[in-house]
Amino acid sequence: MSQAMVVDDSRTIRRILTRTLQDIGYHTVEAGNGLEAWEMLECLESPLDLILLDWNMPEMNGLQFLRKLRADRRFDDIKLMMVTTETQAEQMLEALEAGANEYVMKPFTRDIIEDKLRLMNAL
Amino acid sequence: MTKAVPRTQDAVDKSASITQENYRFLQQHVYQHSGIVLDEGKHYLLESRLIPIVRDVGLADLNALCHALRGVGQAPLRNRVVEAMTTNETLFFRDKSPFDALRLKLLPELLAAARHRPLRIWSAAASTGQEAYSIAMLLLEQGVQPSQVEILGTDLSEEVLARAREAVYSQLEVNRGLPAPYLVKHFTRKGMSWELQERVRKMVRFQQLDLRSGIRPLGMFDLVFCRNVLIYFDLATKRAILEQIRGVMQPHAYLFLGSAETTLNVDERFLRKVVEGAVLYQSMEARA
Ligand SMILES: C[S@@+](CC[C@H](N)C(=O)[O-])C[C@H]1O[C@@H](n2cnc3c(N)ncnc32)[C@H](O)[C@@H]1O
Repeated sequence: MSQAMVVDDSRTIRRILTRTLQDIGYHTVEAGNGLEAWEMLECLESPLDLILLDWNMPEMNGLQFLRKLRADRRFDDIKLMMVTTETQAEQMLEALEAGANEYVMKPFTRDIIEDKLRLMNAL
Repeated sequence: MTKAVPRTQDAVDKSASITQENYRFLQQHVYQHSGIVLDEGKHYLLESRLIPIVRDVGLADLNALCHALRGVGQAPLRNRVVEAMTTNETLFFRDKSPFDALRLKLLPELLAAARHRPLRIWSAAASTGQEAYSIAMLLLEQGVQPSQVEILGTDLSEEVLARAREAVYSQLEVNRGLPAPYLVKHFTRKGMSWELQERVRKMVRFQQLDLRSGIRPLGMFDLVFCRNVLIYFDLATKRAILEQIRGVMQPHAYLFLGSAETTLNVDERFLRKVVEGAVLYQSMEARA
């Protein structure tokens, strides 16, 4: 079974996203910020296939986490989608250049998440 | 309508009620002007789509609307009702697989076949333009020059075509199905919306066309997208449209239908193929 991590400081958003992922067959884990996500990533037993990542979070924000992730060859195969309220073209470009594969602007719907996962061949 | 309506009904309930005779009148009206078959018992659909018009023109209820439609000189109102009853939902790169097939398999072949002239592509129920523009962006990404291709988008509704020409999409619309790298590359942020850049816009021409009318004047195509519109028609209409489409397909041309549509048991002169997970059709006569 594929495994996905949802990183967002809002419990509600985490719940909505994990629910969607579980319904399409993912096993899911959750983290409340970038630092937590990084620590979890280091000690997961089975590899991660997908990360859904918020931008604005305490401790370590999404972009910092993303840069750290993409600098580490061990995690090259993980697909990453930003799910965030940052909606400026410059920010989107920044995230894509840092190695995000897709980008969803909040507010989102379930269809939007699924369409984007399909684009990433992650559905 | 069998819904029990309490005595102290408010204006909403009242304006929604419609007699059986008027329901049939609206079915007939929508069919005549668009070919779209409105099934029995779609009262909720009538209500949600037509009550805003009823209110806007200051009528009492749906029955009054029907009365007005029967009068002479009501063409604008008639068009509004038909437009309101058609489903315009669409999204960028809808279903993904047709676009994968185009990019990975069909494009080289089609470009070779159209070597000495522009490649002609038709989005036959273009709605607000996402399908036609998805094709345009994909071709640009594949290194096709705008001068090598003509993309035509047609639709029954002038209203959606006006939006297609404008090419300004809401955040929700660009979120759906559009790869983020395409968004940052081909769109410019405009307030809360996103405007498609002129380079892509200029690759597509939009024109009003009822698929049930003569489509020959459009000329011949190398690739036809006729997706998510045949489902609304009855068998005879589907058959007539598919036959016409065959008539404007080059011998090597391909046709894409929507994921819930097929030529099977409608028009047996199409050959069905699966390419990159996408179902596509070629005309058998041309192949023979
Ligand atoms: C659901 S949209 C499909 C958009 C796009 N092809 C897609 O698959 O996403 C259906 C469109 O068909 C148009 N339509 C309905 N009846 C038509 C007719 N008789 N001739 C041409 N277009 C028609 C509607 O106006 C609407 O924009």
